[in-house]
Amino acid sequence: MSLLRVEALSKKFGGLNAVEDLSFDIQPGAVHSIIGPNGAGKTTLLNLLSGVYRPSAGRIGFGEHDLTGRAPHEFAAHGIARTFQNLQVFFNMSALENVMVGRHLHERCGIVSALLRSPRQSRAERACREEAAEIMRFVGLHNYLSAAADAMPYGALKRLEIARALATAPKLMLLDEPAAGLNPTEALELDDLIVRLSGRGVTVVLVEHNMRLVMGVSDHILVLDYGRKLAEGPAATVRNDPKVIEAYLGSAIAHDGSYGNAIASAVAVAVEMHR
Amino acid sequence: MLARLASPRTGGLLALAVVIVLLPLALSNSYFYDVAILVGLNAIVCIGLNLLIGYAGQISLGHAGFFGLGAYGSAILASRYGWPPLAAMLTTTLAVAALAFLVGRPILRLKGHYLAMATLGLGVIIFMVITTEDKVTGGPDGISVVPFRIGGFVLQGERIWYWVVGALLLVAVWLALNLIESPAGRALRALHSSEVGAEVVGINAANHKVMVFVISAVFASIAGSLAAHYSGFVTPGKVAFLHSIELVTMVVFGGMASTFGAVVGAAVLTTLPQLLAVLKDYEMMVFGAVMMGTMIFLPRGVVPSLARLIQTRRQKASNNGGEGGHEQGAGASHSCGDATGRDCHRPPTVAVLKPRQSDGGGGV
Repeated sequence: MSLLRVEALSKKFGGLNAVEDLSFDIQPGAVHSIIGPNGAGKTTLLNLLSGVYRPSAGRIGFGEHDLTGRAPHEFAAHGIARTFQNLQVFFNMSALENVMVGRHLHERCGIVSALLRSPRQSRAERACREEAAEIMRFVGLHNYLSAAADAMPYGALKRLEIARALATAPKLMLLDEPAAGLNPTEALELDDLIVRLSGRGVTVVLVEHNMRLVMGVSDHILVLDYGRKLAEGPAATVRNDPKVIEAYLGSAIAHDGSYGNAIASAVAVAVEMHR
Repeated sequence: MLARLASPRTGGLLALAVVIVLLPLALSNSYFYDVAILVGLNAIVCIGLNLLIGYAGQISLGHAGFFGLGAYGSAILASRYGWPPLAAMLTTTLAVAALAFLVGRPILRLKGHYLAMATLGLGVIIFMVITTEDKVTGGPDGISVVPFRIGGFVLQGERIWYWVVGALLLVAVWLALNLIESPAGRALRALHSSEVGAEVVGINAANHKVMVFVISAVFASIAGSLAAHYSGFVTPGKVAFLHSIELVTMVVFGGMASTFGAVVGAAVLTTLPQLLAVLKDYEMMVFGAVMMGTMIFLPRGVVPSLARLIQTRRQKASNNGGEGGHEQGAGASHSCGDATGRDCHRPPTVAVLKPRQSDGGGGV
């Protein structure tokens, strides 16, 4: 059974159809990428899948639950976590506290015991701190355990968002352009992190422009163009799909399908240069 | 153990307790006691208000309304209807909490300036009701209040009230510090910084905002009840818009997102006008100048700015000492965001260069 089922999903902004009649399934336990030219509706789709936007039409099913129209915190409670392309780090806290906030769903938040700081609350607090530190080590932030969030470099903040999302113990994690703004070394390290996330049993959905990263880690790719599904399938199939190449490079080249792989790598190069 | 005593939390509570215990040595007559009690009561309101404004980033320009409801509720129930003062106070507090809950839901959907307007409106409505319903409230003339008594014991006189308010102030600080370091408190600080970021980790932002709104209203209401019984008289002046502004000013002056800052803000802004009274005509001018100067030179408010200054000094000193860098990293524990504000580990260089993202989230 699929983990996430999207049926005929649409999102309109005024007269613009950012996502239009989109249906796809996400199977558990794999790395799925969503790619497409700028303005294809990738980030809109991620906002829909995390409840930040309400769909104009269509359904979002997660496991047995219908999450259509629910609030973001309900999406999170069902096990969907996400990161943001434009960072939404809590800059008024320490890095560790950011990750501790990610444990929110798994903490007892009784207001009376919080106000009175019961011994049980203190113990839970210490345990939460430990767990958060462990998660920070997992994503490679061991050097920032006592850092304030607003003193951290950009690359580390990207990881901090992943750590915070991971702290919610999600079934599905949506990563919105995790490699954007990273230097090549940091981007390379990200491959490893995504593979390890997947190894923890988290299903990963990756929205990314970095084709090297996408082709390297994805089991399955969904290509969007103008808010619609252009192609879908295993990475190797998608990269040779003439429609995909056309969307990226224009139609003139794509007519001759024999260029296949060479063009696919040209796509990768072109997109990297464009970044 | 020593490290724990020096932590902002335990150390701060201890320091505050010492100040409260030793202060009477400097209070030579009942007028000074009166001012000290006023400081304590204002501080209790400000601690609650700071949870709302400083930590959760939601502005309220109507908190004098809750203070006034507490005062009038106690006054009317205890004096007109002869309820035991404690029962009157608790009933009033529950009623104010219920009101804050009902009003908070729709109001807190608003953000920034719009929230400021809505809470201002709430305060104005409460003020209007209290001044016009003169059969119940005494209208502009106010209403006299019976002394607070529990069993056969009557709370009367500045000296007794001083200790009562001092003890309650300590309790209020303790509660606020506890809340801030709990998951609920972290949720509040998180939604201040990024509401969508908080939502996607499972925080119900609307519920948390209403919760802190109710808590801050309860703090104000209790302080109002106490103030009514202490002074023996309530007038609509304490419910007026100007009082709301004074309360917000105290929070901002002392330092947003700093519980001890709220106490210091209340202390300074309550005593300063008394001290400046000697200047007669120039009183308000100097008062305004002090306010402006503080906000220019200590922009985060007194307590967080000074804490930062001290930390920077210490860091410099330990760096000069040679091995400082490492020790600082390991020794700085995780007490960010409690007493000294939000960013105790931040290296000073970055502090100067980067504009704050989260400040002013309250909209005013």
